[in-house]
Amino acid sequence: MFSLTIKRIIKSGALNFLRNGVVSLSAVLVMIITLLILAGVIFSSALLNHTLISLKSKAAININFFESVSEQSVLKVKSDLESLPQVESVEYVSKEKVLENYIVRNRDKQTLLAPLEILGSNPFGASLNVKAKELSEYESINNFLIQNYSIDTTNSIIDTVNYSDKKLVIDRLTSIISAGEKFGAIVTILFIILSILITLNTIRLAIYISRDEIKVMNLVGADHGYITGPFVVAGAIYGLVSAIFVLIVLIPITHYIGQDTARLFFDLNVYQYYLQNFWQIMSIILVSGIFIGSISSFLAIKKYLQNK
Amino acid sequence: MIYFDKVTKIYNDNTKALTDINLKIEPSEFVSIVGHSGAGKTTLIKMLLAEDRPTEGRVIFESTDVHTLKRHHVNKLRRRIGTIFQDFRLLPNKTVYENIAFAMEVADRPDDEISSDVPYVLDLVNLSSKAFNFPDELSGGEKQRVAIARAIVNQPDVIVADEPTGNLDPLNTYEIVQMLKKVNDLGTTVILTTHNKGVIDELSKRVITMEDGKIIRDDPTGRYVL
Repeated sequence: MFSLTIKRIIKSGALNFLRNGVVSLSAVLVMIITLLILAGVIFSSALLNHTLISLKSKAAININFFESVSEQSVLKVKSDLESLPQVESVEYVSKEKVLENYIVRNRDKQTLLAPLEILGSNPFGASLNVKAKELSEYESINNFLIQNYSIDTTNSIIDTVNYSDKKLVIDRLTSIISAGEKFGAIVTILFIILSILITLNTIRLAIYISRDEIKVMNLVGADHGYITGPFVVAGAIYGLVSAIFVLIVLIPITHYIGQDTARLFFDLNVYQYYLQNFWQIMSIILVSGIFIGSISSFLAIKKYLQNK
Repeated sequence: MIYFDKVTKIYNDNTKALTDINLKIEPSEFVSIVGHSGAGKTTLIKMLLAEDRPTEGRVIFESTDVHTLKRHHVNKLRRRIGTIFQDFRLLPNKTVYENIAFAMEVADRPDDEISSDVPYVLDLVNLSSKAFNFPDELSGGEKQRVAIARAIVNQPDVIVADEPTGNLDPLNTYEIVQMLKKVNDLGTTVILTTHNKGVIDELSKRVITMEDGKIIRDDPTGRYVL
């Protein structure tokens, strides 16, 4: 009997959707806007995250050692740093590689290369590039170096640590990223709440039109589940149809703006992102559409289900 | 048996719709309730259908006070009472067939029963050819015949017809009254509210006359006197 009731409810909901053409169309249009906002939030969040990750990856501390320091000593520092929980990675750059990088970087500046020829030997020491897991942890890594390697004293093996030079940039990045994450979360929540409210009101209007019908159903003795069911099914169909439309229309939209986003946001092409994450985005849009549509119908119909 | 026991209904604005109504309706009776607009006829019907609660008193349907029933049982009660209204109250987005089938579906009747009973009642009300029309494609008389078909399809114990002929011409009125008589002849209790003197005189059945929320006359084979 339960499966028979479910079958009848689904059939009735589908017929309601088809026969209430204008009402269904208006509900679907509003849900399309809601789901487009949701898709916009997904893409904005991806762009923001990608930008933040790109910015984070560009931050690092460079530790330059004196020329006389042996490779073994540098590798000891490297292993000490790698044991710190806040360190993501430590890259060892040998003396020879430092020299090579210097020559490549300054190949057009003869005045900077000439002293090397005069010296006749490599004046650079090895260096370490340290990346932290979080931007806020660079300061503690710097403090670790000061405490353990007597920086700025005569017996230090470390020549320079460029943390002070980058401190301002790192601090600013930290605050921008933190603000960006908070702002993004607030805007996302706000947009989602607003779009649900708009959808809820549209579906309420659609159900208001059917209020006499609901009254008749009450009078012939229909259970609340039997009255509510077809409206919830119709709401789910609004969501399903809107979601399919949105998923299709996102293809030309993302294709159109893809190259611009790649140029502006560290090579993230939203079209490529959409294609690569299609199943995940499809699931979010479909589930959200069906959920918002059916829950809105359920909430909207409750008002008309009075027996007395 | 239906029994109204000292039923009084006072609305929030202190309007007294019913005053101390005592009324007993036996099984298989055909009872007409007459009275001017605002006399309390529809309020009385609403009390029986548990659409509205009495301020005082009880409405008993087969030894159960309908206003003490839980929601689920109210629905079950309503499935035992077929209702017919002046404004037809059909489901506009369902065909004639689906409107009648809906009443059976809510009563959990299986599909094979629905597919055999609906054509049968459609034939009874002479609407077989309109089975797949929507209500807005029917005349007033046809809509009311659909409402009757929907009301009788579950073979209820009682049919409540609230001004069923109010929107109909004399010919359709005659047809509807004949159908109600036929239903009553088959053993179903019929409660009819009407303004129509011709209908009452034609029926020659029990007539209850209401005025200002009170029963002022109860004639076993009544006439329309106001």
